[in-house]
Amino acid sequence: MQPMSQLRSRTVVLATRDIDTDQIIPARFLTATSRAGFGAQLFYDLRFNKDGSPNVEFALNQPGADGCEVLVAGNNFGCGSSREHAVWALLDYGIRAVISTGIADIFRNNGLKNGLLPIVVDAETHQWLLQHPGTEVAIDVARATLQFAGDRCVEFPIDQFARYCLLEGIDQLGFLRQRLPDIELYERHRTWTP
Amino acid sequence: MPATLFEKVWREHVVTPETRDTPAVLYIDLHLIHEVTTPQAFALLRSQGLSVRRPDLTLATMDHSTPTLPGASFKDVAIVGAAAVQQISQMRKNCADFGISLLDHDSDQRGIVHVIGPELGATQPGKTIVCGDSHTSTHGAFGALAFGIGTTEVAHVLATQCLLQRKPKTLAIEVAGRLGTGVTAKDLILAIIGQIGVNGGTGHVIEYRGEAIRALSMDARMTVCNMSIEAGARAGMIAPDDTTFDYLAGRPRAPRAETWDDAVARWRDLASDDAAQFDTTVSINASQLEPMVTFGTNPGMVVAINEPVPTADGSDASFRKALEYMRLAAGKPLTEASVDVVFVGSCTNSRLSDLQEAAAILDGRRIADGVRMLVVPGSQQIKAQAEAIGLDKIFRSAGAEWRESGCSMCLGMNGDTVPSGKLSVSTSNRNFEGRQGVGARTILASPLTAAASAIRGRVADPRPYLREH
Repeated sequence: MQPMSQLRSRTVVLATRDIDTDQIIPARFLTATSRAGFGAQLFYDLRFNKDGSPNVEFALNQPGADGCEVLVAGNNFGCGSSREHAVWALLDYGIRAVISTGIADIFRNNGLKNGLLPIVVDAETHQWLLQHPGTEVAIDVARATLQFAGDRCVEFPIDQFARYCLLEGIDQLGFLRQRLPDIELYERHRTWTP
Repeated sequence: MPATLFEKVWREHVVTPETRDTPAVLYIDLHLIHEVTTPQAFALLRSQGLSVRRPDLTLATMDHSTPTLPGASFKDVAIVGAAAVQQISQMRKNCADFGISLLDHDSDQRGIVHVIGPELGATQPGKTIVCGDSHTSTHGAFGALAFGIGTTEVAHVLATQCLLQRKPKTLAIEVAGRLGTGVTAKDLILAIIGQIGVNGGTGHVIEYRGEAIRALSMDARMTVCNMSIEAGARAGMIAPDDTTFDYLAGRPRAPRAETWDDAVARWRDLASDDAAQFDTTVSINASQLEPMVTFGTNPGMVVAINEPVPTADGSDASFRKALEYMRLAAGKPLTEASVDVVFVGSCTNSRLSDLQEAAAILDGRRIADGVRMLVVPGSQQIKAQAEAIGLDKIFRSAGAEWRESGCSMCLGMNGDTVPSGKLSVSTSNRNFEGRQGVGARTILASPLTAAASAIRGRVADPRPYLREH
């Protein structure tokens, strides 16, 4: 996982609420067996017309969206299927943080394990960001702050451990494997076996 | 200290407790794996030279891209797409290389992963169960703590049999009364999601409680818990009772006779203590419910069958977008909508009692001209049980297609899709845009409502069809 401490980017806005992971990456693309290349299929049915040409009305196809690393989305982003492919697709496309008033549990977990930062903000901040697509924001992972509209700054909640892993680029499997002696002990002492 | 069902299962599986700086290490008793969300996890294991720590606690099958066309063997039936073929052969290789036994296409124990876990008796009260699949919440019907995980976490469980987890909050859903005739567990869970919203359960484990829940069969309890994720919940649970134990007795992976009594005694202690506290409690009365149908593009956009499509507040662009996609007009009854496709199947509603309900409506009737109806059993065992009591003949005589088991048209990965623009009444769990096929429009409903809609050719209240029999 790539470490992340600071992120400064313009935003791209998808104001629709309840954007599910089927929309982020449709099921028909899930037959791939590697993590690479899902960016080409990100939001496929929204981004492209039926003939394969880009849908010019879709936010990611607007002139200012190029190079944006921060997505501002409607409430409850990433709901539905647990497919981690949704996170891989966003990262492969170049999105490194998602800001919303609510982010679905499994999507948030998947994001944090891959270096995609989920940021939950208050309704007022969210409203301002929805109304100002393309605005410049600055994210500080260590301080867990989001700076926007020049000098406005809000803190966002982030799990201590997830923050540490993001800052250091730590693979959580390594941390878990260090607990193997505890796991073996647990298995030896439990009162019933599954 | 009094504890909830969830807290009892949680604390028994904590290997190391959580602190401010680190999550808990939680032990996993059963890891279900399928072809779609595991290839990258096995690749991670290979790249780090790791083995699967407990292949004996790993149950593998293939369901998502499995063809469901009838055929004596899969040699005669094409798997749709070169990538799916490659994914299936990769699954076989991964299981063989890492010593995991796979319930492959030729196994009579195969089926949808959330159907076969319970059917084989591998799903048991008090277990922790995970799978790279959000509908893992299904297994909570047995009083297990069961939740969906991503592929990175699949690798964590394969390598260590554990997950790093923060303890979720608890949400009690108290369901009083009894469901009326023609009103099913599917209608109940749709009504619950409509009430609390598609993010009403975020960060929480739900416990479904009360008289109406106690009265449900295991099949029906699985339908309820299955859709917990559609309310955003981490998991949904129901305290185990005699209904649970009767279901499990004698199943191949359930405790054997000599340990059965000990297991049941342990399971009986799992129910939430009377004085246990939940973070939140929600109440609903089952007696007042009617058959429910969705009208929008998420499972929370739901109304009683004879109600009109709601009118949105004019500023709600997401709501307007959903109705535009569905080509439904606010204020009009859904029962005017013309139906093209009916799907009975999926991990929500593909068990024997679901098929029996659909068959009860279809028996002696024909589906409407122009409607395509697909009936896909949840497992090969359910298929055999249904055929033994003649359900396949009822479906075929009515004009429906009777298929092999698999996920099928729930998400259309295997070639079973709804054509663009067509309206589907489906017993599955998600009416998301494009879920059943690009441009497909999905109305979620119970097997009774789906079957009645197939006969009428329009969305239909099943109750008159039940009375006429």
